[in-house]
Amino acid sequence: MSQQLYLSSSPHIHSGETTTKVMHAVFYSLLPACGVAVYFFGPSALTVLLIATLGCLATEAVCQRLMGQPVTIVDGSAAITGVLLALNLPPTSPWWLTLLGSVIAIAIGKQVYGGLGSNPFNPALVARVVLLISFPVQMTTWSVPAPLGTGLDLVTTATPLGEWKNAVMLTGKMPVDMQGSMSEYFFGNMAGSIGEISALALLLGAAYLFYKRILTWHIPVAFIGTVVLLSGLFWLVNPGKYPDPVFHLLTGGLILGAFFMATDMVTSPVSVKGMLLFGTGCGLLTVLIRLFGGYPEGVSFAILLMNAATPLIDRYTRPKTFGALSQRGTQ
Amino acid sequence: MLASILSLGGIGLFAAVTLGFAAKKFAVEVDPREMAALEVLPGANCGACGFPGCAGYAKALVAGTIDLNQCPPGGADVVTKLAHILGVEASATARQIAVVLCQGDNRKAQLKYRYLGLEDCTAAQRIADGPKTCPGGCLGLGSCQRICPFDAIEMTADGLAVISRENCTGCRKCVAVCPRDVIHMTPYESGVHVLCNSHDKGAVVRKYCQVGCIGCNICKKTVPDSYKIENFLAEVIYEQDTEAGEAIAKCPTKCIMDFNVGYPDGSSYLPAVADKPHAA
Amino acid sequence: MKLKTFTGGIHPPDNKQWSSHKAIENCPLPAEFIVPLAQHIGAPSVACVEVGQHVAKGQEIGSAKGFVSVPVHAPTSGEIVAVESRPHPWGTALPAVVIKPDGEDRWSAELQPADPSDLSVDDMVEKVRQAGVVGMGGAAFPAHVKMSPPPEKKIRTLIFNGVECEPYLTADHRMMLEEPERILRGVALLQYVFGAERVVIGVEANKPDVIDLLEKECAGTPVEIMALQVKYPQGAEKQLIAAVTGGEVPSGGLPMDIGVAVHNVATAAAVTDAVIHGRPLIERICTVTGPAIREPKNLRIRIGTPLSHLVDVCGGLVEEPGKIILGGPMMGFTQLGFDVPSTRGTSGLLLLRSEDVAAQPEGPCIRCARCVQACPIHLLPATIAAYARRDLLAETEEYCAMDCIECGSCSYVCPAAIPLVQAIRYGKAAILAKKRNS
Repeated sequence: MSQQLYLSSSPHIHSGETTTKVMHAVFYSLLPACGVAVYFFGPSALTVLLIATLGCLATEAVCQRLMGQPVTIVDGSAAITGVLLALNLPPTSPWWLTLLGSVIAIAIGKQVYGGLGSNPFNPALVARVVLLISFPVQMTTWSVPAPLGTGLDLVTTATPLGEWKNAVMLTGKMPVDMQGSMSEYFFGNMAGSIGEISALALLLGAAYLFYKRILTWHIPVAFIGTVVLLSGLFWLVNPGKYPDPVFHLLTGGLILGAFFMATDMVTSPVSVKGMLLFGTGCGLLTVLIRLFGGYPEGVSFAILLMNAATPLIDRYTRPKTFGALSQRGTQ
Repeated sequence: MLASILSLGGIGLFAAVTLGFAAKKFAVEVDPREMAALEVLPGANCGACGFPGCAGYAKALVAGTIDLNQCPPGGADVVTKLAHILGVEASATARQIAVVLCQGDNRKAQLKYRYLGLEDCTAAQRIADGPKTCPGGCLGLGSCQRICPFDAIEMTADGLAVISRENCTGCRKCVAVCPRDVIHMTPYESGVHVLCNSHDKGAVVRKYCQVGCIGCNICKKTVPDSYKIENFLAEVIYEQDTEAGEAIAKCPTKCIMDFNVGYPDGSSYLPAVADKPHAA
Repeated sequence: MKLKTFTGGIHPPDNKQWSSHKAIENCPLPAEFIVPLAQHIGAPSVACVEVGQHVAKGQEIGSAKGFVSVPVHAPTSGEIVAVESRPHPWGTALPAVVIKPDGEDRWSAELQPADPSDLSVDDMVEKVRQAGVVGMGGAAFPAHVKMSPPPEKKIRTLIFNGVECEPYLTADHRMMLEEPERILRGVALLQYVFGAERVVIGVEANKPDVIDLLEKECAGTPVEIMALQVKYPQGAEKQLIAAVTGGEVPSGGLPMDIGVAVHNVATAAAVTDAVIHGRPLIERICTVTGPAIREPKNLRIRIGTPLSHLVDVCGGLVEEPGKIILGGPMMGFTQLGFDVPSTRGTSGLLLLRSEDVAAQPEGPCIRCARCVQACPIHLLPATIAAYARRDLLAETEEYCAMDCIECGSCSYVCPAAIPLVQAIRYGKAAILAKKRNS
C-alpha cells in the first residue's frame, strides 16, 4: 500500500495559485485597453496585436527548442509580452516592425537571460526602445482616432506630449492650440500608442488585478505620485511653459507604464520599501525626460533604467528580519 | 591639426611612460615555474586537489609543500609534465575513476513511496531515508550529475546514474555528494564491477530489486582470487581481477558487469573500442 | 475592535468543521503499545525495563538522560514484550518498548498526589520532570527545562497557547471546551512557578465558544483571555508573543530573553496531572481527520497507540490515502504507513486522498513576492531557497535562513510550486553541518 503513498517535506496543502493563472489574469486585464484600441484605431490595431502576440509565442517556442528546453508557451507569459509590446506601438506599425519587435522582446529580452523569471529588463520595453531608436520614423507616426463606424481612415498627427515638446523647443512655451480635452484623454479619443490612449480602460484592467491581488498599490502610487508632484511643482512655478499634472497623468504612457509595465514582477523589487523606491525613481526619471530630455515620452526609458537598479534596490531594502534589532537580555 | 596630433601624441606618450614605470615598480614577483605549471594543469578548477582552483595548486606545487599526484583530472600525463617543470622525480599513481555500484533503476528496483519535492538526492534521502526501498541503491535524482565539473555522468530515462569511464577524471565530487555512498572509486583499468551496494540478506534483496547481489557466493566460487563477500555483498578484488569476467555469466541476478563490453541498461555511453585485456 | 495579530501569514481554509463539534472520545486500548524512547527534543530516554517484566500503568519504562530529557512511562499495565527498534514517526526505526496490555489498566501504586500549597517551586518542577511532561503543541520540548529559566531571565508575561492555527486540528479546541478546569489549574500552577505579573490565554477568534467559556471561568481572576485574529501561523511561539505583547523575540534568542514564556494549553493540563495527581504524561487528545477517514474524531489516546488502531477506531479508511500526515497539514510529517506509534507530540492524524495531494511540477520563480508577503519572520524565502539550492552557504546564512520557523506559509502561496521550505531546510542543515565540521 505504501507504494502509492506520497511523502514530501511539509507543507502538504497549497493555495492552488499557479503561474499560469496569474498570467491569465494579467491577460484578461489588458483586454479592455485592447478593445478600446480596436474601436479607436480599427483593423490596423488588431493586426498589430495579433502579430505581436503570435510572434512572441512563436519566437519563444523556437528559442526553447533551439536551447533544448521544454517548450512552455502555454504558461501565457510570452502572450502577455506580445500584448504589452503591441500596446506600446503606434497603430499603423508595419507588420515587419511588429514582428521584429516580438523577436527582440522574447529572444533578446527574455530567453537569452534564461527564460521566465531570469530577465533583468522588461522584455516588451526592451523591444520598444530598440525599435524606437532603430526606426524613429515608423515609431513616432501617430494617428488621429477614427472610431469604428465612422468610416474614417487613420490620419497622421502628433501625440499631445509630442505637440508640447515641439512647441516648447521652438517657442519655449505651451502650444497655442493644444489638441484634445481632459475627457478625451480619459476615454481614449486621442493620439498615442495602441495601449496608452484610454486611461479608463487601463484603470479598469488595473482594478481587476488589484482585486485578484496580483497588483499591489506600492509601485503605481509611488510612480504616479512622484510624476504628479514633480510635474505639479514645475507647473506651479511656470504654468505658461509646463503642462499641469493631470495632463501628464492622462496623456502618454504613464498609466500603462505605472500599472502594467513597471509592476512586472520579474523586473521589479520584492520588498515594500524597494517597490516604493522603484516607483519613485521611475516617476522622477519620467518627468525629467519628458520635460528636459530629447524624447517627448520618458516612461519606457525610466522603467528600463530602474529595472537595471532593481537588484541593487533589492539588496539594500531587505525587510527587517523578525527579531533582528532586538537586544538579547531582559528589558 | 597639429594641435590634435601633439595633444593626443603627448597623452599617449605620457600613458606609456607611466604604465612602463608602474609595471616595473609595482611588479609582483611570480615564479615562472608557477605560470608554466598553470599552463599544464587542466584548468577545470574542480577543487579535487584541495586547493582553490588550478592557480592555487600551481602555487602550492612551486612552494614545494605538496606532491605532484594531487590532480586526478590531469592524470599521468600532467604529472610527467609537472615533474619536468619542477625538476623532480615523477611517480604517477594509477588512474582511478568513479563507478556507480548499482543497476536498480525504476523498472528493476522497488520504491517505498512516491517522492514529491526537490529533485535532489540529499533532500530526498532526508524523507524517510529516500524513496528507494533498497537502503544502498541509487536514488536517480541527479545530484551527482549536477555536481560533475566534467559532464561525465548521465541519468538514464529510468532514473539511474551512470558514469562515463573515459570522461571521468577522478575528482571525487560525485562521491562526496551522494547521500547513499553508492559511488566508489575504482582503478581505471578494471572493467568488471559488482553493481550492487546493499548489505541486506539475499531474500530481502530479492524482494526489492531484480538485479541486486544476494550474496550467494557463486562468483567467489568461480574465480576465488577475484571476489570477496562481506555482509551478503560481493565485491571485485581489483588488484587481482584479470579473470573476474568469468563469473559474469554465472551470476544468478546478473549484477556483475564488464564496462569494457557495455554500460548498464538505458545508458547512452558506448564502451571504448580498443582491445582491452580484461574483455570477458 | 480590531483583533491583535502579527505581520505576514496566510489564510488557508480551516477545515475544522470535520471535527470541531465532536466531543472527545476515549480511544479503546490497542492489542499492543509501542512506546518510542525518543519522543521529545533532547536526549532520548534509556530503557529501564526488560522483556518479560510486568509493569503498572504510569510506571517508568525509560529513564531520562541528562537535563534536557524526560522519562517515558507505560501507558497501561501489562507485560514488556520487546525492547527493540521499531518504525518511528521521524522516518527511521528507533528504539522502543513494546507492551502487551493485561486489560486491567491499573495505575502504579507509587504515584504521589500532592497539595500544591505544600510544594515549593523546585518541588513542582521536579514533579513535572518526573512525569515526563513535554510541550504538547507538537514540538515536545521538555517542560521542566522551560520552567527553569536562569535567574537573570525574569519571566514577566506568561502566555498560554490555545490558538491551534493548523487547519483540520481541533484537539486543543475540544479540551478547552470540555476540561477548562484542568487547564486553568495548570495555568495557576505555572503562574506560581514563574511568578509572572501578566497571564494571558491566547485563542483564535474562530473559537468563540471557547472564548466565552474561558472568560466566564476566569472572571475575577487576573488571567486575561485574548481573542486573536484568525491567521496562520498565529500559534507559532514568536508570532503569538508578537500579537500578545507587541515584542519580538530576538533573532537566535528565546522568549525568556524578553521576559516571556509560552506553554500550550494541553501542557498546562498535563502539569495539573503531574503536580496535583502525581500522574505521568501517558495520554493526550489527538484529532483523527481528513477526507480519507470514515469518522473523523477527537480521541483521548494513550501514548504508543499504533496509528492503525486509531484508523480502526475511526471507522477505517474511505479509500487508500494519498498522504498520511502526523500533525497538521502545514508542518506535519508524512508517514510510510500505519505501523508507526503515536507519541506525546501527536496532535493530529490527517488522512488525505490522492486527489487532495498537491503534486504540481515546479516552475521558475517569477519574483511575484507572495512568499515575502506571507513570511511571518519577514524573510525573503525565494532568495534563501535559491542560494541554498546552489550550495552558496555564506549567502544562505546572510539572508537569515537560520531564523526560518519552517511554518510553510511561503510554499503554500508560491504559484510556481517551488518547494521553498524544503530548500531552506536543506540550507539550514548544510550550514549546521559545516559549523559542526569546522
